[in-house]
Amino acid sequence: MPKRTDIKKILIIGSGPIVISQACEFDYSGTQACKALREEGVSVVLVNSNPATIMTDPETADRTYIEPITAEIVEKIIDAEHPDALLPTLGGQTALNVTVQLAERGVLERYKVELIGANIQAIKRAEDRAQFKATMDTIGLEVPRAGYAHALEDARAIADTIGFPCVIRPSFTLGGTGGGVAYNPEEFDRIVKLGLELSMITEVSIEESVIGWKEFELEVMRDRADNVVVVCSIENFDPMGVHTGDSITVAPAQTLTDREYQEMRDAAIKIIRAIGVETGGSNIQFAVHPDSGRLLVIEMNPRVSRSSALASKATGFPIAKIAAKLAIGYTLHELSNDITKQTPACFEPAIDYVVVKIPRFAFEKFPGADPTLTIQMKSVGETMAIGRTFTEALQKGLRGLEIKKDGWEAASALPVDVLRQKLAVPTAERMFYLKEAFTAGLSIDELFQLTKIDRWFLRQLYTLTVEESTVQAAAEQMRAAADAPMGSPVQVSAVEVLRRAKRYGFSDRQLGKLWSLDEATIRDWRARWQLQPTYYLVDTCAAEFEARTPYYYSTYEQPVLRCDDGSWKLEAGTSTPASSLQPPASQNRKVMILGGGPNRIGQGIEFDYCCVHAAFALRELGIEVIMVNSNPETVSTDYDTSDKLYFEPVTLEDVLNIVQREQPEGVIVQFGGQTPLNLTMGLAKAGVPILGTSATTIDVAEDREKFKRLLDELGLRQPPSGTAMTMGEAQLTARTIGYPCLVRPSYVLGGRAMEIVYDDDQLTRFAQYALDVSPGFPVLIDKFLEDAIEVDVDVVGDGETFVIGGVLEHIEEAGIHSGDSAMVLPPHTLTDEILADIRTAAHKLAQALKIVGLMNVQLAIKDDVVHILEVNPRASRTVPFISKAIGTPLAKIATRAMVGVSLRQQGYTEEIIPPFLAVKESVFPFSRFAGVDIILGPEMRSTGEVMGLDEDFGRAFIKSQIAAGQLLPRAGTVFISVKNRDKRAIILVAQRLEEMGFQLVATHGTVNALQRYGLHATLVNKIHEGRPNVLDLLKSGQIQLVINTPSGRLPRADEIHIRSAAATLGIPCVTTVAGAQASVSGIGALLKHQLTVKPIQAYHQLLHR
Amino acid sequence: MRTATRVAWLVLEDGTAFRGRAVGADGEVFGEAVFNTAMTGYQEILTDPSYKGQIVCMTYPHIGNYGVNDEDVESRRPWVEGFILRELSPVASNFRSQESLDAYFTRHHVVAIDEVDTRALTLILRRRGTMKAGLSTTEPDPQRLLQRVRDSADIEGADLVKTVTCEAPYDWPPKQGQGAGDAGREKSSATVFAYPTPHAPRPIDIVVMDFGVKFNILRQLAARGCRVTVVPATTAAADILAQKPDGVVLSNGPGDPAAVTYAIATIQNLMGHVPMLGICLGHQLLGLAYGGETFKLKFGHHGGNHPVQDLETQKVEITTQNHNFAVRMESIPGRHVEVTHKNLNDGTVEGMRHQELPIVSLQYHPEAAPGPHDARYFFQRFLDLVEGVHA
Repeated sequence: MPKRTDIKKILIIGSGPIVISQACEFDYSGTQACKALREEGVSVVLVNSNPATIMTDPETADRTYIEPITAEIVEKIIDAEHPDALLPTLGGQTALNVTVQLAERGVLERYKVELIGANIQAIKRAEDRAQFKATMDTIGLEVPRAGYAHALEDARAIADTIGFPCVIRPSFTLGGTGGGVAYNPEEFDRIVKLGLELSMITEVSIEESVIGWKEFELEVMRDRADNVVVVCSIENFDPMGVHTGDSITVAPAQTLTDREYQEMRDAAIKIIRAIGVETGGSNIQFAVHPDSGRLLVIEMNPRVSRSSALASKATGFPIAKIAAKLAIGYTLHELSNDITKQTPACFEPAIDYVVVKIPRFAFEKFPGADPTLTIQMKSVGETMAIGRTFTEALQKGLRGLEIKKDGWEAASALPVDVLRQKLAVPTAERMFYLKEAFTAGLSIDELFQLTKIDRWFLRQLYTLTVEESTVQAAAEQMRAAADAPMGSPVQVSAVEVLRRAKRYGFSDRQLGKLWSLDEATIRDWRARWQLQPTYYLVDTCAAEFEARTPYYYSTYEQPVLRCDDGSWKLEAGTSTPASSLQPPASQNRKVMILGGGPNRIGQGIEFDYCCVHAAFALRELGIEVIMVNSNPETVSTDYDTSDKLYFEPVTLEDVLNIVQREQPEGVIVQFGGQTPLNLTMGLAKAGVPILGTSATTIDVAEDREKFKRLLDELGLRQPPSGTAMTMGEAQLTARTIGYPCLVRPSYVLGGRAMEIVYDDDQLTRFAQYALDVSPGFPVLIDKFLEDAIEVDVDVVGDGETFVIGGVLEHIEEAGIHSGDSAMVLPPHTLTDEILADIRTAAHKLAQALKIVGLMNVQLAIKDDVVHILEVNPRASRTVPFISKAIGTPLAKIATRAMVGVSLRQQGYTEEIIPPFLAVKESVFPFSRFAGVDIILGPEMRSTGEVMGLDEDFGRAFIKSQIAAGQLLPRAGTVFISVKNRDKRAIILVAQRLEEMGFQLVATHGTVNALQRYGLHATLVNKIHEGRPNVLDLLKSGQIQLVINTPSGRLPRADEIHIRSAAATLGIPCVTTVAGAQASVSGIGALLKHQLTVKPIQAYHQLLHR
Repeated sequence: MRTATRVAWLVLEDGTAFRGRAVGADGEVFGEAVFNTAMTGYQEILTDPSYKGQIVCMTYPHIGNYGVNDEDVESRRPWVEGFILRELSPVASNFRSQESLDAYFTRHHVVAIDEVDTRALTLILRRRGTMKAGLSTTEPDPQRLLQRVRDSADIEGADLVKTVTCEAPYDWPPKQGQGAGDAGREKSSATVFAYPTPHAPRPIDIVVMDFGVKFNILRQLAARGCRVTVVPATTAAADILAQKPDGVVLSNGPGDPAAVTYAIATIQNLMGHVPMLGICLGHQLLGLAYGGETFKLKFGHHGGNHPVQDLETQKVEITTQNHNFAVRMESIPGRHVEVTHKNLNDGTVEGMRHQELPIVSLQYHPEAAPGPHDARYFFQRFLDLVEGVHA
């Protein structure tokens, strides 16, 4: 069935800002889809509020709306564009939800927009639990039995049908507390009663317990001729009970016989047909009882998902691209397999390696959050590793996770009974406690009873434990071998020890630790003993066909020998095992780009965006691009982004191995965030050319003392600061500088463990913490400029010419992490004089540091004086935002500069100041960490960002708020409670709100202040002052907006309660005065104007260059 | 802590050698080295008689993970000459597992090797083609092993069917005292996991010519209400017709079809007297019986992910494949045989139909085991053909 010719214009909805459970995988899928559709001559209209994506680049789609993804806004876009069809399956849950709303409002019908991929009935059958269950019934498949109850009697009736054990979950609680597993009626009654009490809507769900069952996922694709293929099977290391996004997962499935696997495959095919996904990919989750093999269907996503991205990267089968082509009518066998070129896409990849995905968490940023892994996803990123065996892949994955583990290493030692408790509860650390458990002598059977992790996985871990002790025992032998002549028995046997260790995935650093040697020594041995990794291809077919796409992973293999000429020797006389069987390294001009590894708070999609742009720019120049990264969600790890993709951990060892094989002319470290930047010195030491700003310069910017001297030389001001190695020094420094101070450890990104302290007491507490976070490095102490305005400047340079990309004014005051602040471009309150000072300072710095590539400067304006806070000689988080706003791809320009194309040659010599307003707003994961205070501070906690674009600040700001999910009200009641210092400033805000017709309620202190200024504010009780209190008003829907600034560094429990209740209930909550002022402007704009939409391409036409 | 490992050598005819760990029985075996890309189903592969004469390399690195059970067998014993793995699982983890794979190897005298770079081996076989190979746990000198590999018998032109076919006819499911083709020799696992019979208005009598039949062909027929009798490969056409079967199934089997001359003659004598279904070797034998030729593929098709298109419905099936030979369509004289199924990877013939006679055949395995169930419909299609004849 060939392509449909009746579809000429397609609307694609993106997934919006990066949030937990919706990350860059949807940029990857959306970008693939846009490319695939445009290849077919279809015009693509895109809406996505996230500027940090490749899909919102003006070249990716024909018309790109960086606008909030709401039904109202998308309707306006449909009205403006009149697309023939809407493809709703590529933008995660966000796109599906908006699509359902559009259908329900009759928009799709009214504008005659056809839904392709999945229709409304299919979406509803998959998403609605009751419909899903009914559909499964019709095809003879089981789902866990479940029901909802609003009273104990109903609950008992449900329990009768389900049996024990069952899981009880109160709906809609603060803190997600109150649920549990009941094994008998008494327990059941107790948990249900408590749950009903805790639930804000007096509701509990009761479900058959599948905790501890084995969990599997299949990625299925279907075309409109009803051909169905299973692209990939995935088995979860963590059994049911842990969200699959938080589980370590393994592809392919390991512990199913063919009979069981095929039954699951049959079920998956029946499901995609019964749900009615007409074309495209779906992800189906199954639970299997470990003792009986009973199969339950858990859920189905009728769209591409995080797992599809993983499956695509794990197999080389580009699910999103194929899904897009299927949506416009192609069938699977009409499309070719990109990797082999000669075989069709209608097949099921056969893989001859093991893929392990490991989630990355950020609990350290949310003190007070429950670190137990549950069915609600909490991880913020993931890394994927490929090895020939599970053990190798696991160790690669763990070192790629960048959590200071060089492989599978133990957590801290614990008494065995504590250890047992730790093992019984799934957490991010459980993997490491397992190591401890083996060391403590716990048996596989006992560990299975405690964790329900399949014995196959546990046995693999046990193997690693044994291998490690063997390795450790060889320490003496290894040292002896180091000096022994090549070929001597001791040397030959040492090679075998080392080879065996490498085959089990041990990193050089890990081995170094075991042998009390450094990483470099092990690397030297490997070089001398010719123990280099083999690079094999991800080829979709287990080597059955030749692969055309250079997508590699490393492994250590046994040598292939030849024995036909009287002696046996290595295959083809080569030194590296099987090297004649590996694809040859090329001889072209080539550059290596290092990616950022797993997403985390502080290092996310923005950096991947920069890496991808670097790849595009280099390819345009005809330079071969080698990409190294380990994040399966990203566009950078799409095999057609670069010329060669090495899916490897971004560590010194792994990068040097690739450098040795490829010999690139240089390595780009400044785009992947702190991860590659941290490798700079190691790479430079190993003689690897670093492209762009030199390693020495990077050191100057990163070293406080050297940087201080530089600023002095340049006559630039910096807040007074000092460093301390001990607590005593810290106190002395703080007193000299004067409180408040900003205290933080060395070498961290995203403001990890950064605090503002107001007195000795607070200092003592946080200085100790900071000392612990970076042991052996000083604690940094800066004067904190209270109420200063913070500014970010991104500069691009070629070593001679330096151009400001953009000056961003923060909305929130200094002290709030720049990654969490809302920002405005161009600055909306700064005077021309101040702006001139800022620009001069940025230029001076760029010149002095001889920036080649990108640089980010953070400044604070206090009393009209410009202070330099810090300089980052690398791409910053704001590069994509600015690039979108000024219609100029800064990362591409910077890349070209790095390979010798000057800014002058590129015709980019002047700052572009847009004649419209762009607001960047951050998006936070607070709703995932119930009970955690939602205030902003120096520690970055946002996961993503959105962009609001419009003609004036008010409209741009309100768009950014809508896009970020902060739905500011048009009318209603505002609760105001601010700390004393903010009371004067809040008056103006309250006045405007009252003028606009809002009711005001406030707690005691604030009411008095408001009333003194003649405002009509109603008093409401604080929580401890009796009922009804503010919490009651929130819960009963009587408050539409909360303005609540924290009273101090350690806010009162009361406030935390109010703010987290607002977050849980989805009531907008503003926690700074500056934010309140901006919100008032936004509400004003909302009341005055109808919001309109405009594609980024039209905005860019307004720019005069 | 590590137990002393035994060394095994794998040597290919071209002189390539792999030193690995012996993980099965002690011994020395020779055969044709082939690779299989299926990620699950090693037990079915081990017990598939079509692998007689072959040393099989599994491309998926972890093998043995789910152990071995009595149900997932395709015949009464393993037939592979040797087994090549990247890593044998040290544990069997599955609710149906009854034995670990290495214990099974030992019990059934299967010589096996692991710690082999199976991808390198696969690349070599893909580039240089299928080769003779030797696997030894007793010969420490690969040089000497190589000589014996080169001296070993060639699979091409050899009739391997004789070695795998049953000695006497038997029914499926086997009656009391009948072991699947080998009564009394050892405990048969054929009785377990027979499929239930959903609806059978009138039993259809099917005779299966056993060229090395996989049990799942028998299970599939029985599940569709057939009364199945399995007969030895050498059974004469007259003896088969004397049983008045409604249809005859020509089973899969090992080796070169051209060497099984007696079967070709039998098939020619059956033509026109009874509807026939050929599977794999049975399909190739039909090709020869039609007067055509077969040829040897460079490295064969062995796996569970080959797309095959049904040219009539245009639908694509993901299929189980296991063959080194194929029918050369243009060699079949006349115009009475048409291609019904095509391999989308390399365009080879995957199915044929006689235009006048009720004879159909598939090169791949509709019974799967291991592999996807997409092609199971074909048994019904054949039975409909059988019933159509009798209607």
